Amino acid sequence: MHATLPLFPIEASVQAGRTDELFFIVLGMSVVVLGVVAALVIGFAIRYRRGSPAKRGPLPPLISREIEIAWTAGTLFTFLFVFWWASSLQLAAKAPPADAMPIRVLAKQWMWKMEHPNGVREINTLHVPIGRPVRLIMTSQDVIHSFYVPVFRMKQDVLPGRTTTTWFQATRTGTFRLECAEFCGTDHARMLGSIVVMSAPDFALWSEAQPESDSLAQKGAALFRTLGCSGCHATQSAVKAPDLAGLYGRAVRLADGRTVKADDAYIRDSILQPLKDIVAGYQPIMPSFAGAVSDADLQDLIAYVRSLKDGGTP
Amino acid sequence: MTDAALGRVPREFRRSYLGEGSTLLSWLTTTDHKRIAILYAITITVFFFIGGAAIGIVRLELMTPQADVVSADTYNRLFTMHGVIMVWFFLVPSIPTTFGNFLLPLMIGAPDMAFPRLNLLSWYVALLAGVIAIVAIVTGVGDTGWTFYTPLSTEYATGHVAWTALAIFVMGFSSIATGINFIATTHMLRAPGMTWFRLPLFVWAMYAVSIVMVLATPVLAITLLLVMVERVLGLPIFESTLGGDPLLFQHLFWFYSHPAVYIMILPAMGVASEVIPCFARRRVFGYAFMVYAMIAIAGIGFMVWGHHMFVSGQSNFANLVFSFLSFVVAVPSAIKVFNWTATLYRGQITFEAAMLYALGFVGLFALGGVTGLMLACVPIDIHVTDTYFVVAHFHYIMVGGTVSAFFAGLHYWWPKITGRLYPESWARFAAILMFFGFNFTFFPQFILGYLGMPRRYQVYPPEFQAYHVMSSMGASVLAAAYLLPLGYLMWSLFWGRKAGDNPWGATGLEWQTSSPPPKRNFLATPRVMAGPYEYHPAEESPEAAGAPMSREPHRSQGGGA
Repeated sequence: MHATLPLFPIEASVQAGRTDELFFIVLGMSVVVLGVVAALVIGFAIRYRRGSPAKRGPLPPLISREIEIAWTAGTLFTFLFVFWWASSLQLAAKAPPADAMPIRVLAKQWMWKMEHPNGVREINTLHVPIGRPVRLIMTSQDVIHSFYVPVFRMKQDVLPGRTTTTWFQATRTGTFRLECAEFCGTDHARMLGSIVVMSAPDFALWSEAQPESDSLAQKGAALFRTLGCSGCHATQSAVKAPDLAGLYGRAVRLADGRTVKADDAYIRDSILQPLKDIVAGYQPIMPSFAGAVSDADLQDLIAYVRSLKDGGTP
Repeated sequence: MTDAALGRVPREFRRSYLGEGSTLLSWLTTTDHKRIAILYAITITVFFFIGGAAIGIVRLELMTPQADVVSADTYNRLFTMHGVIMVWFFLVPSIPTTFGNFLLPLMIGAPDMAFPRLNLLSWYVALLAGVIAIVAIVTGVGDTGWTFYTPLSTEYATGHVAWTALAIFVMGFSSIATGINFIATTHMLRAPGMTWFRLPLFVWAMYAVSIVMVLATPVLAITLLLVMVERVLGLPIFESTLGGDPLLFQHLFWFYSHPAVYIMILPAMGVASEVIPCFARRRVFGYAFMVYAMIAIAGIGFMVWGHHMFVSGQSNFANLVFSFLSFVVAVPSAIKVFNWTATLYRGQITFEAAMLYALGFVGLFALGGVTGLMLACVPIDIHVTDTYFVVAHFHYIMVGGTVSAFFAGLHYWWPKITGRLYPESWARFAAILMFFGFNFTFFPQFILGYLGMPRRYQVYPPEFQAYHVMSSMGASVLAAAYLLPLGYLMWSLFWGRKAGDNPWGATGLEWQTSSPPPKRNFLATPRVMAGPYEYHPAEESPEAAGAPMSREPHRSQGGGA
């Protein structure tokens, strides 16, 4: 058996400190309320046991209908305060900083595949620099998994057929456990990994030492040609299809009057379900590539579209 | 009732319901709500021990960090079996189908349910569902967890997922039938003078829970039907690559399964509200607020399902809305805890086993409740959802809460049901053992969860072993505490002292008839003259502060005409 008994997990991200602070405040309030209830139950049980000399008779005027209204209102306002605080914390923490380092995560039964922006791939391990926001862009190849790093107080389900994102900023170097938190079949308990947080210079050294890999965007460019995308989307093409240069992150007006942001989910949908969002002024002629492209291919294609600056030649 | 009045009643009307035939056939064809309650009690007891055996093996496996008792697939099947059996075949039917069936007509002064044959049918439907569940278990239950998340359940899981789902689907019809019967009975069969605000809180609890059952269960039925259709026929409802949506399943599933938590806890609240005033010899504090609180819980409980999905990929806006509603639904629960506590004030409290269980219920429910508030905070939930923290939280509510209340009710009404008293010291010992065994089992799981131990893990990091060992040891104490009542209650059937009609001096109508009650419950239709819980004189009530101090014997709600 293990020698020491852990009581509380270490904090290794910016979010961890915030979550724990909230937890301790709510815990403190809970202990006070439970303590009062327990003291009253035990106190009354002893004082008003059958035959005890304590005074009975009519209830004092204080213990009347008003006290019921008072503790209903008191409870409600206390709860609303906790809600307000927890929610403002959540709203503040939700959006990742603009300069966050994007990491692509592909989950499958029962492993984690990570891909760095420069194309370096890792399995079940993710190396990240300390102090730099890291954004995880995740999808699953089969069932629902959940990316959970306890010391970061961070968890996000990873779904097939859609992209979910979360982010963290590590505050402590070391190797930390990554766990799958959503039951995913036989080896769910063995779908583990580690997050290695390194100092910036160490991370740079590690990164350089990795074997060169095609960057995601380069592979995406190759796919763009082999799948025939360029046949329509190239600027010189005879077929009228939306120009992709500078598209990523822009607002796109649709035929039905809606405006959507061209983000990962939008590009993914446009490849798999082209008829869902028709760009204003274009004919719905694009075929679906569902089944023709794997999730990994999709990540490459999205990276490629992302890389296209205004004036580039697709 | 005088002996002269009794003399005019034909003998067969006075005979207890247990004496109405002792053949198996007489039990299997009965439409007497009391006998049906016994049939249900036997059925759910069997399921309770099946579900308990499954988790016993799981707790044994978790004694060490490695896998050494069962294979990974077997482990996954065991916790699936535990969840499915305990939720749908024990907790959901537990109090309503046993005490609800037995007591609802008695408490409102009715001779039976509104639809006695529907009542019997509901038991046969439950039995059919149970048989399907056992077939699924014997041939290999699906390894999906009790939550059936797609696409794991529709495409990837092994085992008989569709059969497991079918068993729950069928069980749902039993719930719906029971709910309809309770609603109709409460509306139509109240004795003269039994106005809505004279109903015992247990009847209100049954009424509230019936509404939830009738409205929520069909959603579960449809959801499981869709899972079966997708798994067996390949129709893509939830499959994302073919235009379906896996999150749709979670919304539908929790739309039932969160209200299902209230299906489990509202009856427990009803039991505590009967037992605590009786042994405190005190009117329940804030009767009207207790009624409104139950109705509020039943209503708002339908609108909080999204708090199970804070990390699912659901929008942040939806997360905050569901977080807000979860805080709101906690208010009426907190009110009830305060009111039970206040009921003790200035009482003449005695500590029979039923009271010990009920006080244990209040404490464990309160702890389950405050940890529920922590989970309603989105940032905390992100960290601890799908860990042992959540496991501990819902076991405090469902086992610490509902099962403790079930045992409180069992000890409180056992003399009425069987006409016998159990050995009180054994029962008190079991109650205390259960309380400590429970905390010993589940409190370490809060710490484990916050440390980051995910649920449904057969193997785990070695530093968590101490907590798992504690939990497993607690579970064996708990198992002993569950087996004890089985022993002394069976003993009391044969050798227990005769109970008399009203051993606790309680006020409810169910105590104004003989123990065990006759087939038609009352020899004459009772007239109800007072509200429930008149355990002390009216001048001691909050409304009449300042009246002379006196303590008179309690007054029952009413009696035979």
